[in-house]
Amino acid sequence: MNKKKIYPWWFLVIPLVLYVCFFLFPSLLGVFYSFTDWNSRTMGGKVSFVGLKNYIEIFTSNTDYASGIFNTLKFTVISNILKLIPALLLAIMLQEGIRGKNIYRTILYLPSILPFMIIGLTFRSILNYNNGMLNAVLDALHLGFLKQKWLSDLNVVWKSIYGVDAWRGIGYVMTIFLAGLNTIPQTYYEAAKIDGAGFWQRVRHITLPMLSGSIMINLVFGLTYGLKVFDIVYVLTNGGPGHATEVITTYSYQLYSSGQYGLSTALNTILLIITAIVGVLVVKVMSRQEVQQ
Amino acid sequence: MTKKRIQAVLKQVVCIFLCLIVLAPFYMVLINSFKDKAESARMSLALPTKWMFSNYLEVIEKGNLVQGFTNSVTYAGISTFIGVITCAMAAFVICRNRTKINNFLYYFFICGLFFPVNYVTLVRVLTFFHLNNTRTGIIITFTSAMVPFCVFTIRNFVLSLPVELDEAAVIDGAGPLNLFFKIIIPMLKPTLVTCFILQFMGVWSDFMTPLYLSSKSSMFPMTMAVYQFSGKNKSYWNYIFADIILTCIPVIIVYLLGQKYIVGGMTSGAVKE
Repeated sequence: MNKKKIYPWWFLVIPLVLYVCFFLFPSLLGVFYSFTDWNSRTMGGKVSFVGLKNYIEIFTSNTDYASGIFNTLKFTVISNILKLIPALLLAIMLQEGIRGKNIYRTILYLPSILPFMIIGLTFRSILNYNNGMLNAVLDALHLGFLKQKWLSDLNVVWKSIYGVDAWRGIGYVMTIFLAGLNTIPQTYYEAAKIDGAGFWQRVRHITLPMLSGSIMINLVFGLTYGLKVFDIVYVLTNGGPGHATEVITTYSYQLYSSGQYGLSTALNTILLIITAIVGVLVVKVMSRQEVQQ
Repeated sequence: MTKKRIQAVLKQVVCIFLCLIVLAPFYMVLINSFKDKAESARMSLALPTKWMFSNYLEVIEKGNLVQGFTNSVTYAGISTFIGVITCAMAAFVICRNRTKINNFLYYFFICGLFFPVNYVTLVRVLTFFHLNNTRTGIIITFTSAMVPFCVFTIRNFVLSLPVELDEAAVIDGAGPLNLFFKIIIPMLKPTLVTCFILQFMGVWSDFMTPLYLSSKSSMFPMTMAVYQFSGKNKSYWNYIFADIILTCIPVIIVYLLGQKYIVGGMTSGAVKE
């Protein structure tokens, strides 16, 4: 068979052109512009090089952009831990056999299909200090001492964001784990039981190793989602109170809105570098897995 | 055996409790969307004293929801259709003709799963093509952004199709287009439907792209329309809640209809047979 003829190169053209022109090229262009003084007045084209000025400003400016970078990393790590572990336990519980498994899965997955915009608006009302549902429920349960200014107290606001994020994401992560669990033959567990392995031993020596594929996928999606997080923070707190919950992308949007394009792309470039490092690591592990199979 | 029964009951309690946590916000929003302004501002879980069905009619008119809905359907429908079909063609060729270039291209595409879109320079590029602030520009952006995911998912599925299929078709005299559209596409249907649904819902929910790329409110999709409306009518929670419900309904319908495909496709990458 003539492979060139039945698998023609031009099948690749449209995705390749779109991907390069409107996805990759802007990112690389961003690296270039991050070394310039590009702003709303120079949008027309004449920009001049300023070297590392934008990067220096990010780490020394009065506005604490560096904390935005730190917050992004913190969010990525904590939000993933808060979703992965409960989701895994839930999936194991559902998989072990429970009446109504499919209904539970359908309901628990539901939040992850909703637009962030909707979730943010809804939780802005639920977490409202005076009238919000959460504080009202706490009052009704005589747990009034747990009431918080969920979105305006500096010590609580990140917990609220993690909470809303987990509310949205746990069902999604759980569904991927469930599919992975489905492929583990029951006989493994039976054999382990006969040999006297307890529940945790079975999880550690059978479930976790056999689930490596699903864990990988969840990590890839979770890490990239966490590093690029924008919507949920923007809608829920818009970076506030003060700048307490700013992340890279919210700062970047603010700078874009105020016309400081050079600085904005410098922040984006830092994000690009972080994701590139994570991406290279993940692709390496993935291609090694593929070879093993 | 009683220990087992206690365990089963405990599991049910945990599951029901979690489902309540998931469903309570939906209930709160739904019930308050039927109240009048003052009552809904209290956001209680009680039934409305007077059912205000007119909230919905008013919000459709005031919130420009018909326009938002049309825009959302246009963006999501067109960009996803083009994206899924063209990515399937690319994934097919990449998977079947393993040249050095194609292998490189595969990983080149997958990189996009991680990279963030740089919207600031994207605006610059779109302006260069005279596409900034146009519907075409928004659609192209969405299509480009879904390329990595679609190529990745569909290629994994093509792996499982036997090559003999292609050989038989070619011997029967099929050209590449015939082979792809008449033989391969029907075989790929489950994964294409999955990609379509996931990406459609993704575009429907997306907020960042229109935030950067459209400054005219006539181009806003539903999510932006809701956001703008909620900013303008801060104290009218009854309208905001009705708006939220209306924006959710389309995705929830798509989800319930396509559930089988969603779960199947999300995991096709994770679980290899």
